[in-house]
Amino acid sequence: MEPAAAKLIGAGIACIGMGGAGVGVGVIFGNYLAAAVRNPSAAQGQFGNLIFGFAVTEALGIFSLLIALLLLFAL
Amino acid sequence: MNIEPIHQFNIEKLFKIGQIGDQAIYFTNSSAYMFLAVAVISLLMIGGVARGQLVPGRFQSVAEITYEFVASTIRSTAGAEGMKFFPLVFSLFMFICVTNLVGIIPYAFTVSSHIIVTAALALLVFFIVLIYGLYKNGLKFFKIFVPSGVPVFVLPLVVFIEVLSFFLKPVSHTVRLFANMLAGHIALKVFAGFIAMLGVSLGAIGWIGGIAPLALTVALTALELLVAFLQAYVFAILTCIYLNDAIHPGH
Repeated sequence: MEPAAAKLIGAGIACIGMGGAGVGVGVIFGNYLAAAVRNPSAAQGQFGNLIFGFAVTEALGIFSLLIALLLLFAL
Repeated sequence: MNIEPIHQFNIEKLFKIGQIGDQAIYFTNSSAYMFLAVAVISLLMIGGVARGQLVPGRFQSVAEITYEFVASTIRSTAGAEGMKFFPLVFSLFMFICVTNLVGIIPYAFTVSSHIIVTAALALLVFFIVLIYGLYKNGLKFFKIFVPSGVPVFVLPLVVFIEVLSFFLKPVSHTVRLFANMLAGHIALKVFAGFIAMLGVSLGAIGWIGGIAPLALTVALTALELLVAFLQAYVFAILTCIYLNDAIHPGH
């Protein structure tokens, strides 16, 4: 296989990892919304935890995107 | 038609300011935008509180809202003791927020899209947590690696994971901000490039069809605005959480 082609295919495969992060972020915001609808008065206090969970989950998707970008532009 | 989505991240040397060994030190466009960000923040905060009025005007409102916002974030995540670190967290938040927001302006340079900048900020936080934790708690600081209530036979594994995660924190802290800004700006440029690609290859029909990617570019810019603020907030809140480890280890 051509090295350039392998690079592009690798970048595409690396992006699959972002799907998992998408599921994770969906679970976090979905559960937050479900809990907030049940008990709106407690929702404000958990906003920091929501953002923390979102950031930690999103970082994993960003890592795989980073691999894709490195393959496309840097290596 | 050649589109270069990463051209915007080029560092340009403006003038030389010194020499260390064989390495010449230059004042770059990155440094210029950092100075711009600091100037904007100073103007906003000093100008905002210069005429302290009981009923705040516009600038004073913005200054007070940002203060209250960061202060309540610290109080809720690191407790009242965390307010000692208010200047650090507030500076980090404002610097990242303003550089991100300035970066959205077309043709402007985004300081935080360079890993060296975010790595410097994340390492600053990491070493402050490490040094303050050891200074305040002594050897008790290492309790953060040993969570209480864990059965003895899985303890080595848990400690191993805790130590690993402690040293990976600055890495994820760095890469999150850097990669978010990098990816967002590349996506913007790629979608903007679609407009020119359509127009050049299809002529008049292409320019009319280009309305679709143009609309998407506008929507993406709005999303970037949200991400720029959110990433600054995430950086600040993670700083508070790491500081909380240093102030109250063993929780």
